[in-house]
Amino acid sequence: MTIVFDKTKALTEAAMHYCPGCTHGIIHRLVAEALDELGLLGRAIGVAPVGCAVFAYNYFNCDMVQAAHGRAPAVATGLKRARPECMVFTYQGDGDLAAIGTAETIHAAMRGENITVIFVNNAIYGMTGGQMAPTTLLGQVTQTTPYGRDKALAGSPLRVSEMLGTVDGAAYVERVAVDSVKNVRGAKRAILKAFKTQAAGQGFSLVEVISSCPTNWGLEPPAALEWLREHMLPVYPLGVYRDKIGDEVAA
Amino acid sequence: MASKVLMKGNEAIAEGALLAGCRHYFGYPITPQTEIAAYMAKKMPKLGGTFLQAESEVAAINMVIGASAAGRRAMTSSSSPGFALKSEGLSYLAGCDLPAVVVNIQRGGPGLGGIQPSQADYYHATKSAGHGDFRMLVLAPNSVQEMLDYAFEAFELADKYRITAMLLSDGTLGQMMEPVDTATKVPGPSIDKPWALTGTGEQRPPNLVNSLYLTPEELEGTVFVRYDRYKVIEEKETRYEEYLTDDADIVVVAYGAASRIAQNAIDAARRDGLKTGLLRPITLWPFPKKPLFRLAQKATAFVAAELSMGQMAEDVELAVRCQRPVFLCRRTGGVMITPEEVLQKIREAALGQDPAA
Repeated sequence: MTIVFDKTKALTEAAMHYCPGCTHGIIHRLVAEALDELGLLGRAIGVAPVGCAVFAYNYFNCDMVQAAHGRAPAVATGLKRARPECMVFTYQGDGDLAAIGTAETIHAAMRGENITVIFVNNAIYGMTGGQMAPTTLLGQVTQTTPYGRDKALAGSPLRVSEMLGTVDGAAYVERVAVDSVKNVRGAKRAILKAFKTQAAGQGFSLVEVISSCPTNWGLEPPAALEWLREHMLPVYPLGVYRDKIGDEVAA
Repeated sequence: MASKVLMKGNEAIAEGALLAGCRHYFGYPITPQTEIAAYMAKKMPKLGGTFLQAESEVAAINMVIGASAAGRRAMTSSSSPGFALKSEGLSYLAGCDLPAVVVNIQRGGPGLGGIQPSQADYYHATKSAGHGDFRMLVLAPNSVQEMLDYAFEAFELADKYRITAMLLSDGTLGQMMEPVDTATKVPGPSIDKPWALTGTGEQRPPNLVNSLYLTPEELEGTVFVRYDRYKVIEEKETRYEEYLTDDADIVVVAYGAASRIAQNAIDAARRDGLKTGLLRPITLWPFPKKPLFRLAQKATAFVAAELSMGQMAEDVELAVRCQRPVFLCRRTGGVMITPEEVLQKIREAALGQDPAA
């Protein structure tokens, strides 16, 4: 009998707490599989954020630390400087990374900190019950934009990958999505490349994953994926925004 | 042979940290503590250590969290407004039971305040460093030699008790120069850190450094365990120095730079025939409550001399259980107290006046 799929040992047996249809589960699996396939699990240290993924430390089968809101890249910096031989990654949402932790993110990239950031962008604060994020789309209704995000009042969506694409210290920045099998495969390839970038000592790597939040968007899971494709992808085009090393380490 | 070097207080702190084996320093420039960062920037690369100028005070303390979680001796330093920003990290360090050393070279406040010496962060350091129930072990040197000695000692204590040890000093001691003996320090046996994040090597279960507990009873339990440890620290690590207290009717209480000024006043009072002594707290938390209560059995009055508006005086009143009057000699905002001002309070105390009058 041929095994065609097996759960990676880089995920624990803990049942995930995520809402039905949430794509965090897929992204966790991709990160875990990447560490496992590259043989890096034993050297991995993960940094859990504040937000829906706060319990990431229950799911990844490696050493973990839980950081204050937005501070994961700073904590990861301390870890990596202290243990350069370890593979240090953060797993952060859009409120954590692009609002309260913007400075930590940009400056970790600026220093070329040799860490990997997994950035989950679902255009909303999930854990606190659906408030506006910096990545919320114009017109999008949330608890704190009940009449839709108004550019005059709350500005426009922040494009993190484009912004980090201009930062010299960033080695690899790519935006992917997990709305389809094809895109999930692309996301896996990007996450693998990000870890390979770190393993090769090339510097800061970030993979932005466009994700859905059926609960706080008020949509059924399939409709949420449809909404993601229709509304988010035009604002957040998928693609590589920085690639200092090309296919060299990706091979 | 003892080798003495003329050093600034801030440099002595940095040297003490290096002697303790600290190889990870994260900081942000702010007057009057920047010499610590400058010293580290110069020395760390030659020792194979990390000096990192962070993007903010908040980032710097969170980098300390990362390096400490990885099992390394790590530190940051700042001055008063910087520590308001670091409060978040100080609370997380406590919640995660991570050892760390932080240095506050105080300046006048509130707000941007000024850059002259102050002791106005006493409350922050000893009572409310951040949100939640926790303590830091707070050491208050009063000479450049002690800046080095207690910076060194802070790392040993932090590791031993998995606590943040703060060196609470001020711009006077940070900026002044005195001869320092650097040859006396050898770190104790390294303390095992089985909780540290080192990568599992797929050989052991994952370690977790965390301060989140959604079950109230579980969270309460972690706080209780921590407070049991604090009790041990109160019993074993309370430090203070007494000067001429054996026959003292009046006991002056002062720490750091203020204690040196107070000592001059005490000598002057003695020349006037007033039996006066000094109790100098070296640990501000734990505060030397027992020796103060002991002294209160003989002394008639206390004088708290501080570069803040009576923040420490409250602890003196608590320590003597309000059984003796506590007079307050205070200046703030960067203004130093003078020996004459302390002497005046000693005279008032000797007359048995009501300090509240």
